[in-house]
Amino acid sequence: MFYRETGQFKTSYAADQQIFPIRQDRVGVILLLLVAFIVVPLVAGSYWFNAILIPFLIFALAALGLNILTGYAGQLSLGSAAFMAVGAYAAYNFQVRVEGMPILVSFLLGGLTAAGVGILFGLPSLRIKGFYLAVATLAAQFFIVWCLTKFPYLSNYSSSGVISVPGVEMAGFTFDTPQSRYLLVLSIVTVLALLAKNMVRSTTGRAWMAVRDMDVAAEVIGIRLMHTKLLAFAVSSFYCGVAGALYAFLYLGSVEPDGFSLDLSFKILFMIIVGGVGSILGSFLGAAFILLLPIFLDISLPWLSELLHLPFDGATVSHIQLMIFGALIMFFLIVEPHGLARLWQIGKEKLRLWPFPH
Amino acid sequence: MINKFKQLAIAASVAAACLGATLPSAYAAEEQFFMLPSYRVGPYGANGQSFYGGFIDYLQYVNMKGGIDGVQITWEECETEYNNAKGVECYERMKAKAQKAPGPIHTMSTGISYALVDKATADKLPLAMMGYGLTSAVDGSVFPWAFPLVTTYQMQASAIIKFMKDKNGGSLAGKKIVHLYHDSAYGKEPILALQAESKLNKFELIEIPVAHPGNEQGAQWQRIRQEKPDYVILWGWGVMNMTALKTAQKMGFPRDKMIGSWWAGSEEDVIPAGDAAKGYMSATWNVSGKAVPLIADIEKTVYGGGKGNLKDTSKLGTILYNRGVSAAVLSVEAIRAAQAKYGKGKAMGPDQVRWGLENLNITEARLKALGATGLLPDVKTSCDNHEGSGKVKMQQWDGAKWVPLTDWIEGNKALIHPLFKADAAKFAKEKGITPRDCSKEK
Amino acid sequence: MQFFLEVLIGGLLSGVMYSLVALGFVLIFKASGVFNFAQGAMVYFAALSLVGCMGMGAPLWLAFILAFAIMTLLGIATEKFVLRKMVNQAPIALFMATIGLAFFIEGLAPLLWGNEVRALEIGLVDEPIAWILDNYNMVVSSFDLFAAGLALALVALLALFFQYTRVGRALRAVADDHQAALSIGIPLQHIWALVWAVAGFVALVAGMLWGSRNGVQFALTFTALKALPVLILGGFTSVPGAIVGGLIIGASEKLAEIYIPPVLAGWFGGNFGGIEGWFPYVMALLFLLVRPEGLFGEKHIDRV
Repeated sequence: MFYRETGQFKTSYAADQQIFPIRQDRVGVILLLLVAFIVVPLVAGSYWFNAILIPFLIFALAALGLNILTGYAGQLSLGSAAFMAVGAYAAYNFQVRVEGMPILVSFLLGGLTAAGVGILFGLPSLRIKGFYLAVATLAAQFFIVWCLTKFPYLSNYSSSGVISVPGVEMAGFTFDTPQSRYLLVLSIVTVLALLAKNMVRSTTGRAWMAVRDMDVAAEVIGIRLMHTKLLAFAVSSFYCGVAGALYAFLYLGSVEPDGFSLDLSFKILFMIIVGGVGSILGSFLGAAFILLLPIFLDISLPWLSELLHLPFDGATVSHIQLMIFGALIMFFLIVEPHGLARLWQIGKEKLRLWPFPH
Repeated sequence: MINKFKQLAIAASVAAACLGATLPSAYAAEEQFFMLPSYRVGPYGANGQSFYGGFIDYLQYVNMKGGIDGVQITWEECETEYNNAKGVECYERMKAKAQKAPGPIHTMSTGISYALVDKATADKLPLAMMGYGLTSAVDGSVFPWAFPLVTTYQMQASAIIKFMKDKNGGSLAGKKIVHLYHDSAYGKEPILALQAESKLNKFELIEIPVAHPGNEQGAQWQRIRQEKPDYVILWGWGVMNMTALKTAQKMGFPRDKMIGSWWAGSEEDVIPAGDAAKGYMSATWNVSGKAVPLIADIEKTVYGGGKGNLKDTSKLGTILYNRGVSAAVLSVEAIRAAQAKYGKGKAMGPDQVRWGLENLNITEARLKALGATGLLPDVKTSCDNHEGSGKVKMQQWDGAKWVPLTDWIEGNKALIHPLFKADAAKFAKEKGITPRDCSKEK
Repeated sequence: MQFFLEVLIGGLLSGVMYSLVALGFVLIFKASGVFNFAQGAMVYFAALSLVGCMGMGAPLWLAFILAFAIMTLLGIATEKFVLRKMVNQAPIALFMATIGLAFFIEGLAPLLWGNEVRALEIGLVDEPIAWILDNYNMVVSSFDLFAAGLALALVALLALFFQYTRVGRALRAVADDHQAALSIGIPLQHIWALVWAVAGFVALVAGMLWGSRNGVQFALTFTALKALPVLILGGFTSVPGAIVGGLIIGASEKLAEIYIPPVLAGWFGGNFGGIEGWFPYVMALLFLLVRPEGLFGEKHIDRV
């Protein structure tokens, strides 16, 4: 009823090939963007910006990067956080060392540096597959973090190895309020997400999916494996790198190599699993879920223990939080292995016929 | 039945304590709110447990004694898991509540402090970092809102060198000292200070990093065995400490030639190492034990009243528990100092608390009045000097408890403080901060 | 030369400790194709249960049996509530589920037993053996020797178990081909629960040794990170591979930590210690480029 494409006829190739071929999708996306760009800045408070919306967008971008690599090209990686670190440190160095460097160019260069490093660590994927590759990406994770710790040049000779980023300025405007930071992050993420959406339905994206489904078969039908796999690593690392730069410049303000730990890599991996492997929308849904769940538990558990008169102290609450988090991950994988994006898909299909399902 | 009821009542009161601050409390006129981004799970959860237990117990104690001149203290915990991003989230969540009348914010994590320093400055909330980084905040002209109170890694390193020097008849010339450190911001901060000391005192310094988490140190200790140093300074955290002690035993290195930093000198670090830890020394800025009247009184008043924060009361009087109490004592004293200037019995705003932290003067006499004689060194802060003391004590593990070896030892201020100045100046330049003029501050 | 030997021996002995953890991974991967990331958390849980039981006054042997019972329960529960419901899902989904399981256990263990750091005394002193120290001036720890002996005994025991018992043969059949095993009447679910119990046993032995070496605490979960390079080097499916891989990783990691940083420092200036975190991974990675299935792994042939 509400989501029906009957009657929407395409009369040109351009119309048939647009990103959102169904009118309801187009309207929905435009509405969503309007809300994100106009309504949210008007109503949200500083807690929402600083602690939820900005990290949500940044993590969604990183998850998007990993989803391109794992969900579309089928290469499992446990090193996303390291590529974020590369992006963050590269952007910092460009910003600090080159006088008058525009901040957006720094972000871009940060992403490109990460892409270069990504290609380097993607090389083994040509020979190694599956879990062996996953464990091999851990080499990237540990090696990169170690390098950032060990070469004082990279942290501009900070005695502790922690970098503290300069303020973000663009054409004389300083991004110091939560709103302005949020809008900057939102703009960058929107552009990159639309780009990704477009990329995965292009020749490149289809080649990735062919490689994911079976690389030997893909090779047989004439897809260049090396080119395709390395491109996936490069694009994925670019996204993670930009996310890392945003993480350092617009979210935390100061980062240390240890902050980009294996835990962070896992967190990003969780996001795409919960959200939906091989789905752009899923990256956003997953990021929201993984980010909000601990906050929700943190707030609701003490309240619950109060309500039920359970003898919980602070530590118990923290332990139970961890257990619920783990249990929910397993629950999700059991109940809906294709993630939240799949639920959305099912919802759309229901809406198509609703309220007359027969 | 009655027993069960009592249990429930205790449970409810503990839960209420956790939640207390979130409920609107219109009836209490004057309240001071402490936000506690704490950690009780994860690899360092055991340490956080004792520290925040002590911290909260003291706040509870003050409340039970009538508050800070009638001002009641409220607090709220938020689990950070020692993770920077989570720390920021906790801070943002609680900051609105803290804006009116905050207590100093303790993160007990160098990483979270770094992440919060800009935010707290922008939000005008006081940040206290007792015995951890960001150490260059000693220079209050650049960091008006951050207070690395009592002492810093650099001053501690210097004090340790001084202690060794005293043991060696006043000279370390020609000696060999190994700095075995956790390869992170925490372990790296003292290096510059140690290098300066090495130049000054003409000893050879060997820096050996240990990769996180440090549960395997065979190679490092084999190297130490080969180098045959006179002393090993252990700058570890968590599992790295007991592994170092165990491996030292395995390699036959005498433990009484090992001196730890204050995060390598708690019961949590030595008990799991068993006999391997006997004779090991460490620095500390607070003593352990229940001999301090304040600690005994907390046990009597707070736990006697069934309002204790810790389930496991054997933690009372441990180094980290007492450190939590010490941190809380200084925080409350800062608010008292502010009240003395801005009005007794009133809740203090952020600016006033900041003033209190910057004008702390905890003398021996004041410590005695608090029942905390010898618990921590005397502290006197100013705009120039947010550290305020720079003193530590050396203690030795005798297999059952930490035994203080020395009186308070002050590091070489003339050598170390310029390092902070230089670091702070660099920070100010990168961030475009114009330092305050401290001579104009009162 | 003598120093080199000392480092080498120390490394080999540490390597055995890594093998112990890697063994648990191998057992489960072999029988069910699950890359069980929760093995580290299981080591922690097992050690904590052991100390917890001892804390209640049980002697070591009794505590060991009790802890083994707890680990068996955990294995059965995992099979019943998680794995059984995830049959036919992609290996990556199963892998992610075990990460979830790891979080669950990391919360559960301290909830049951408390999260303070504890010592575990099993009556072994970790001191250098005197006569080797006197005669050759080399440090060889008696504790490490004992651990190595225990690990070898464990491997021998497992080999016998796989080779000569009925259950062991069923296990091998399942490992070779689930469907074929099912069709000849081997109850897959019982076998999986059993494998998890055996993995729990290995985790208990690993936890006991690691725990008495470094104290029982949360950091035991990190032992998994030491075991992963061993696993890729030795191959995911080979029990002897885990031992050989462990020896190679242990020895090369220690030698690298001693001899590589000075070289790097010579090139770039500065302090390059602490390479142990990544060196085994990079080494395993380079090794994989030559042999993508690990030392003893099964060669995988792709067919379109």
